[in-house]
Amino acid sequence: MQYSEKVMDHFTHPRNVGEIEDADGIGTVGNAKCGDIMRIYLKIDENDVITDCKFKTFGCGAAIATSSMATELIKGHTVSEALKLTNDVVVEALEGLPPVKVHCSVLAEEAVKHAVADYYNKIGRPLDFELPVDDDEE
Amino acid sequence: MSRFVYADNAATTPVSREVIEAMNEAFVTAWGNPSSQHAKGYEAKELVDSARESIARTLGCLPAEIYFTSCGTESDNWAIKGAAMRMREKRGRTHIVTTKIEHHAVLHTCEALEREGFSVTYVNVDSDGLVKMDELEAAITEKTALVAVMFANNEIGTVEPIAKICELAHAKGALMFTDAVQAVGNVDINLRELPVDMLALSGHKIHAPKGIGLLFIRKGVVINNLIDGGGQEKRKRGGTENVPYIVGLAKALEIAKERLPELDAVRRRRDRLIDELTGIPYSKLNGSRTERLPGNVNIGFEYIEGESILMWLDMAGICASTGSACSSASLDASHVLLAIGVPHEKAHGSIRLSISHDTTDEDIDYIIETMPPIIERLREMSPLWEDMKRALAVK
Repeated sequence: MQYSEKVMDHFTHPRNVGEIEDADGIGTVGNAKCGDIMRIYLKIDENDVITDCKFKTFGCGAAIATSSMATELIKGHTVSEALKLTNDVVVEALEGLPPVKVHCSVLAEEAVKHAVADYYNKIGRPLDFELPVDDDEE
Repeated sequence: MSRFVYADNAATTPVSREVIEAMNEAFVTAWGNPSSQHAKGYEAKELVDSARESIARTLGCLPAEIYFTSCGTESDNWAIKGAAMRMREKRGRTHIVTTKIEHHAVLHTCEALEREGFSVTYVNVDSDGLVKMDELEAAITEKTALVAVMFANNEIGTVEPIAKICELAHAKGALMFTDAVQAVGNVDINLRELPVDMLALSGHKIHAPKGIGLLFIRKGVVINNLIDGGGQEKRKRGGTENVPYIVGLAKALEIAKERLPELDAVRRRRDRLIDELTGIPYSKLNGSRTERLPGNVNIGFEYIEGESILMWLDMAGICASTGSACSSASLDASHVLLAIGVPHEKAHGSIRLSISHDTTDEDIDYIIETMPPIIERLREMSPLWEDMKRALAVK
């Protein structure tokens, strides 16, 4: 698959790879059958600001690059800003994805939302946004 | 990075210098139409005739049993559709037997015939990729027009027992076709001894150009045409002969045959690659250890995905291929790996390296030293790897 320079940059030098041991929110989406699994870890302060963000991804070049880009786009922002992240924004920031790889960017958006939902759950805040159902699940 | 290692010879091969030189004459001087009734035409016809004779000698058949086509896929389509239609018309046979690991050129052709009213049995293979012979035998009936089984698999390199399969097909009066695109040049094929009715091969897997193939049709076997036209190839396949490429194919086959004894060296390099790469934890060879093409290595690396491995290999100058869904437009995991029982998640992490006579010991060393850090790097960022290690720690 031929990727943009930006995708190759994020694939070869992924930002924010790793785990956060005491994460405030963790979201895992995708499944191994389809060949993509993304997990995003969030560290969130008392003002709802994402102070740290890490990811781990099993998947193709596009899956790794979109995870990396998504973490960059939400780090330092508030949770409500992170919830506004759409897959189109991720694709644009990566200077485009091949059409068959656009689903990877959808997964990145969903991983962020699931991580935030986990955070809400932990602090006992009711869910005030629509949590995407992972349609990859069998 | 300065090294370049081409380990994707099952996809295609570079055209060899000898083949280019052989084709040159046909391009530069013998450019006539072989059907023309004049000196320029005779000159071209002579080249086609001598190429056909040379190929017949190489394969152990008659020149009249060789039909040139545009590629392996055309040969597959022609053999299967032509035989199926003929057998239905003449003998009322409407059933085809094939396997689950055929190339898409065969599988999709069989599916097309299902839409034309034929029934098709897709026989299972075992975990090595070898056709289940009892299942195959049971599938062939008096209604079977054709048995189509590949000589060797393109992904995992398993070499099928074609002679035995011929016996089973012929015992029920069915025709036997084999797609030998991957086998030719890697297995000694002698059509005097191997009783297949039809065999397909392609030029670009053996250092001839893309765009040339052939179908062997044994004398006495009649199949319907796929491409009607101006009476070329004894009225069986229309279209002006691709003279330079036909000459190139003959040359490439001749060289491939000459080099068969050198395959032991290729096999040794393949085995070293298999031994070293399966030494990486949580990796496994896909396919048979023994019934395997001399240049094929296919290894599954758990907890990571193949396209990512491929991208890092490519950046290191190594060309390989993967059975992962993510590398294909269809986003389906390899049907071959699934058929040998590899689960989806492991099929995604498979890499095929297909080496050739041109692959050196230094190339093998380079692959062996390049692979482990790539696998490690990708596992370090895989949530599946993390989960596995966590589960191990709990134990």
